[in-house]
Amino acid sequence: MLGLNKRDTSFLAVVIALTAFTPFLMQPFAEGSAMAQFNGGYPDLMQRVAIFGIFAIGFNILFGLTGYLSFGHAAFLGVGSYSAVWMFKLLSMNIIPGIILAVIMSGFFALLIGYISLRRSGIYFSILTLAFAQMSYNLAYSVLTPLTNGETGLQIRPNDPRILDSADSAQYTNLFGLQMSSSYKLEIGSHLFTFNVGFYVCALIAIIAFYISLRIFRSPFGMMLRAVKSNQQRMSYTGLNPRPYTLAAFVISGMYAGLAGGLLASMDPLAGAERMQWTVGGEVVIMTILGGAGTLLGPVLGAGAIKYLENIFSKINENVLHGWFSFLPEGMQEGTVWLFSRFTGEGWHLTLGLLFMLVVTFLPGGLVEGGKRIAGLFGRKPKSDGDDAEHHPKHTPHVAE
Amino acid sequence: MGILEVKNINKRFGGLQALGDVNLSIEENTVHAIIGPNGAGKSTLLNVLVGKLIPDTGSVMFDGQSVLGRKPHEINQMGISRVFQTPEIFGDLTVMENVMIPCFARRDGAFRIHAFETVAQERDIIDEAEHMLEDVNMLENRDMHAAALSRGDKRRLEMAMCLVQKPRLLLLDEPTAGMARADTNNTIDLLKHIRDTRDITMAIIEHDMHVVFSLAERITVLAQGTPLVEDTPENIKGHPKVQEAYLGQQAQE
Repeated sequence: MLGLNKRDTSFLAVVIALTAFTPFLMQPFAEGSAMAQFNGGYPDLMQRVAIFGIFAIGFNILFGLTGYLSFGHAAFLGVGSYSAVWMFKLLSMNIIPGIILAVIMSGFFALLIGYISLRRSGIYFSILTLAFAQMSYNLAYSVLTPLTNGETGLQIRPNDPRILDSADSAQYTNLFGLQMSSSYKLEIGSHLFTFNVGFYVCALIAIIAFYISLRIFRSPFGMMLRAVKSNQQRMSYTGLNPRPYTLAAFVISGMYAGLAGGLLASMDPLAGAERMQWTVGGEVVIMTILGGAGTLLGPVLGAGAIKYLENIFSKINENVLHGWFSFLPEGMQEGTVWLFSRFTGEGWHLTLGLLFMLVVTFLPGGLVEGGKRIAGLFGRKPKSDGDDAEHHPKHTPHVAE
Repeated sequence: MGILEVKNINKRFGGLQALGDVNLSIEENTVHAIIGPNGAGKSTLLNVLVGKLIPDTGSVMFDGQSVLGRKPHEINQMGISRVFQTPEIFGDLTVMENVMIPCFARRDGAFRIHAFETVAQERDIIDEAEHMLEDVNMLENRDMHAAALSRGDKRRLEMAMCLVQKPRLLLLDEPTAGMARADTNNTIDLLKHIRDTRDITMAIIEHDMHVVFSLAERITVLAQGTPLVEDTPENIKGHPKVQEAYLGQQAQE
């Protein structure tokens, strides 16, 4: 079905099911219970998981397959956001034109930056992309203020032209009238589940993005991209030109990033330069490696894990900690709360760093490898065959030589 | 007129004349060995032939077309394949994929975005690659990671990757360098099998005399960057100039 073999079709079906039931899966605890703060099933978080999932899926096509490590993909995310908001200002609050322009513009930028950066490989390539991203960030912040509205960020205003919308039409982002921020709440016992329009739009696009990536992984083109990572010398002596293959992967991943940026703006119509900062580009690298670079599902898992943990850990402030450790004697309570508060709330990046170090050291294949090892412990055979290189990535250095 | 015509090639590296007035003609469907002592310019000559080095003067014509100034992948697309001293294969990919890639390269050219085709449905390519693997006796390794192969099998795989493209000229750079005797003999048998079953021209750079005399139909002796003599293996063995430049050296050791 859909040009996939049986195993991939069921794989895709599982992914679709997981995505569709995210509002349940991320909301496992009853409202008002002590564990309720670990619930992640609210629209903003679910949207972010889907959007950063798209970002990471695209990044994985470049990094996971060709081994070229880009630190500059935040630039394309930003370009996507700005393009989408401009469409909301000029054409329509319907998200379709915004998303289309976001993908086109980021693809164009990726072609430009990729063409120059791919003259080098390895660490030099990474540094070049990093430099371009920082350049874009600074341009958006200063010189390009007429386009980007500088540090305030680009926002929609009531008096924007919006030539496709009628004068009395709504001032919120929508898909043919369906408001992105509207939600349907379902109460089952003490559980509360939220079904948000914006999330399901992102989820649908994420599934399409995942399907495209699956097709690329299984295609001759995907095989060529893995050949780029493996041995470029052999590739050119086999009559293949590695450069355009890598550039194509770079542009595709840039378009994925632009799509993610456009969706971010569609959920919340505002674009700021901070979306282009290199830390955002670093985050997607961490997501991909944490989940498992070069695997199909890994990047999505990584994006989900990081966005979930980020939200949960940031919420645990000192008051919450005091509540938890109130059973301890006064002096010990202070000490314990002080220690834990370093790793939560504002300090959650410390936890992320530790987690990343642990995964890279003990699970070089990321969460996907972890899942496989657990499956192995229970004596179950892994889902996929041994001859499948994507599901069994070898732990070669991630960066192309 | 040979399939490969090398005329008046000169190449200098600073003060070193690596190649001086090299003229060489390789006839179609022959096995032509280029031998010479260390530093004779064999590898330099090979690098000129595959587009890695550009000579200072002279011309290299393959089947009437100049190869100079072309990129390695363009030269390959003209019909020249190369086997390296240390096997160059796609270590992270399976043996089967290693052989399928050259099939795609021959069918689709140097670059094509075939992102919405599925490898598993490319029946012709799969059949072709399987036949090739059968031919070099590696079909049982098809799902192995290429990096896990033994040294001899890596060489065999690299050979298969070159042959599946049906090149008109196969360049071999010391195909048995660093191999144990048994592996060397296997490689010689494989090359003989290739020579006897296909219409293919081979140019072998080698300094293992055993390999050269078991395979070659013509031999060019290179010394100090210049071809000394070109002849059949029988005549080369007894040639006084060759003895002096090359074989003589070995006799003294």
